[in-house]
Amino acid sequence: MSHHIIELKDVEYVYPDQTAALNGISCRILHGEAVALVGANGAGKSTLLSHLAGIFVPSKGTIRVGDYPVNKQTLPHVRRSVGMVFQNADDQLFMPTVFDDVAFGPLNLGLPPEEVEKRVMEALEIVGAASLIHRPPYKLSGGQKRAVSIATVLSMLPDVLIMDEPSAGLDPLARRKLINLLKSFKHTRIIATHDLDLALDVCERTIVLAEGKILADGPTVQIFNDESLLAKSSLEKPLRMQGFPT
Amino acid sequence: MHMADALISPAVGSAMWVVTAGLISYSAKKVKKEIDDKKIPLMGVMGAFIFAVQMINFSIPATGSSGHLGGAMILAILLGPYTAFLTMASILTIQALFFADGGLLALGCNIFNLGFFPCFIAYPLLYKKIVGDQITKQRIAIGASLAAVIGLQLGAFGVVVETFLSGISELPFTTFLIVMQSIHLAIGLVEGLVTTAVILFIFKERAEIIQGFPSGKTLGNLSLKPILTIMLVVALVTGGMLSWFASGDPDGLEWSVTKVTGLEELEAPEGIYGVLADLQNKVAIFPDYNFRDTNQAAGEPSSGQEAPAWAAVDSGLSTAGVVGSILTLVVAGGIGKLLQIVHRRHKKFAH
Amino acid sequence: MNKIEHRWLELRHFDELAAQDSLIHQLHPGVKVVTTLLFIVMVASFSKYELVGLFPMFIYPAFLIGLGNIPVAILLKRVLLTLPFVLFIGIFNPFLDQATYAYIGSFAVSGGLISFISILLRFTLSVSATLLLVATTSMDAIGLALSKLRVPRIIVIQILFMYRYIYVLIEEVMKTIRAHSLRAPYRNGVGFKVWGSLVGLLLLRTLDRAQRIYQAMMCRGFDGQVRIMRSWKIRTGDIAFLVVWTVFFVLVRLVNIPHWLGRMLLGGFS
Ligand SMILES: Nc1ncnc2c1ncn2[C@@H]1O[C@H](COP(=O)(O)OP(=O)(O)O)[C@@H](O)[C@H]1O
Ligand SMILES: [Mg+2]
Repeated sequence: MSHHIIELKDVEYVYPDQTAALNGISCRILHGEAVALVGANGAGKSTLLSHLAGIFVPSKGTIRVGDYPVNKQTLPHVRRSVGMVFQNADDQLFMPTVFDDVAFGPLNLGLPPEEVEKRVMEALEIVGAASLIHRPPYKLSGGQKRAVSIATVLSMLPDVLIMDEPSAGLDPLARRKLINLLKSFKHTRIIATHDLDLALDVCERTIVLAEGKILADGPTVQIFNDESLLAKSSLEKPLRMQGFPT
Repeated sequence: MHMADALISPAVGSAMWVVTAGLISYSAKKVKKEIDDKKIPLMGVMGAFIFAVQMINFSIPATGSSGHLGGAMILAILLGPYTAFLTMASILTIQALFFADGGLLALGCNIFNLGFFPCFIAYPLLYKKIVGDQITKQRIAIGASLAAVIGLQLGAFGVVVETFLSGISELPFTTFLIVMQSIHLAIGLVEGLVTTAVILFIFKERAEIIQGFPSGKTLGNLSLKPILTIMLVVALVTGGMLSWFASGDPDGLEWSVTKVTGLEELEAPEGIYGVLADLQNKVAIFPDYNFRDTNQAAGEPSSGQEAPAWAAVDSGLSTAGVVGSILTLVVAGGIGKLLQIVHRRHKKFAH
Repeated sequence: MNKIEHRWLELRHFDELAAQDSLIHQLHPGVKVVTTLLFIVMVASFSKYELVGLFPMFIYPAFLIGLGNIPVAILLKRVLLTLPFVLFIGIFNPFLDQATYAYIGSFAVSGGLISFISILLRFTLSVSATLLLVATTSMDAIGLALSKLRVPRIIVIQILFMYRYIYVLIEEVMKTIRAHSLRAPYRNGVGFKVWGSLVGLLLLRTLDRAQRIYQAMMCRGFDGQVRIMRSWKIRTGDIAFLVVWTVFFVLVRLVNIPHWLGRMLLGGFS
């Protein structure tokens, strides 16, 4: 299934204020892979995700998502096949009710009402939030907001799921639920996170980012056992792996 | 200051509603045509921002008192006049609904006073003209403060005129005018300072926002012609409506005109003339004039039976009226209590 | 607690009330909005010297309070808090209009006093009706009502977005204020200079947020049109509500019921 490969070649990105956030990123992500993107604050994780989601176009280099090279013309196609869950759920849930938020994408796709409703219900059931359907988003807990955020992109049936720090600010129970949910998905998943336990549980592969460059790319377990690499990118070994060297 | 439902007559309230609705739909068309998609979330979030910031009191230097922000000028500078006007309309609507600031009948007045004047008069004629093409700190400071002050002065004037035309308050026009304008001069100066402080801060941090936000300068440019056309049409409609109301409601405008001028047979169709004449007369005579014809009222307190109910201004007030009122209140209270029980029952059966 | 926290709690309180499920809450929002407007216009249309005839209008709020399960205290509190401006303007009436208007027993009552009390009555009535609308109707439903009443879409969307983000922004403002008042505890409000940069910073963050929301919208196929799917059928009960109350308002406006009641009562006893 070649058409869901994500491919970056020498991607560079400079913000309008001249901050160079990405400095030559190249990698390939295969269909169905779960990849963790780790690195210190300001390493460029969010910027990279924005490129994959079709929010930014690279200043230099090329990105292919599935069949399309990412450029101004193909952005709508890219956005259709990629679902992005933003770091702050309050940015993602902008509609008056949970239903409206989850229906927002399908309605923009021009689907008929019955189909929209079906998709909303399915998406909410997957994330276990069906009972919240008529609530306004500002009345949800952190974990509920996260679940609904995920539902808002699931309802568009994306091939690729992209998440920016999904476990940030969640209590342990909500976090555990989230990890199980993410594990259950079959989509290609790219997850930027500081939560190395989550990375270890969900992703077989990890990319370490520092100052807009890829510092390491390999199997998660292997990367997390490389103490000097972790130290270099200001990361801390997952609690679970401390004291149990493999 | 917000106009309140209790101080406004239906004629003035609905006329201002019509005016405001016209301006809103015109602005909405304008914004829809020129807007880029980005502005849609921006409008909502900026509205929430002004709403939230209005709740922060700040202490005014050397006075010990505190003030807060109106926000229309900041919105106009950042979003352009049309979008700012729509945003003010939304803010005032939510305030009218949840905090009963003003009220729904007076909402038209309030949107006009606090939105139209700053966005469509003070912003284009003062801020834009003063700041011009070379944007500097000094120009921004002068332009923003002056526009904020004048915008608020005009708004206060609006309140006075609307209150006066409604005829519910007995305050003499000139006295009320002087009081309101001077209170709002103080408030306006503070508003000007605050607006300037915020705009200068943004100018320092992100000059590009002030120079033309977010991309097109087009929305900042405002053609006054269509606005003035709307105003003219609306003035005609308003005049028509006022006279219509006046003819249907003797307690309203015509009644007061009659009382003030002593002309019993002022005909309804002369609406605008009537309004103007009324204004002129009131300004001149009001302070010495007791609103009511004393003889008539004191003479026959309960003369209301044969005349149509609304014409008999004094029909109800008598011992019987007071007793009846108390009885009515008791009935209302009883209905409330009874329905509470109905509600509980209903709940119980529903589950 | 300062003003902002009070208002914030109040806003949330109304939101909670509106989330209830009573017979009133189930009414079509458009019907409720129209009835409320009608009520307010009717109240305003009474003569400025009307007192007695206004009282039957209290039956409408009483009906909503009872059937909608709304605590009276929150309404009274708002009425008192919004009173000052109305007082400021109305308080002069008794001084400026001293002509005797009527007699209650042998008491002479001046026109100004009557019109002043009348203002207070109208004020209480219209404020209660407005608050009862939002206490029994969610903001979302009011949005639906507005679009049914042909308010331009862009305004409806803006009101809904705004209401949504008020929750986020007020929390943010309160956090900032709290941090500030911890550092400068003895000041009345926020110092003027600080205020400027405090609000400026908040504004910058707000602009960034708008940008991120826009991105989130684009990722889900936003094309400049916000689409909302709603269906809320008007039922017979809704029509009945509107018709019955309209008739009632008009009746009360035309016939001075308390006066008539009082005469019957007194007449019967004397
Ligand atoms: N909107 C922006 N404008 C300018 N610079 C930015 C912007 N967003 C992020 N940056 C800069 O780009 C770099 C990468 O940021 P980001 O992708 O957010 O990192 P991460 O998500 O890994 O913390 C940082 O140096 C950051 O300061
Ligand atoms: Mg980030």
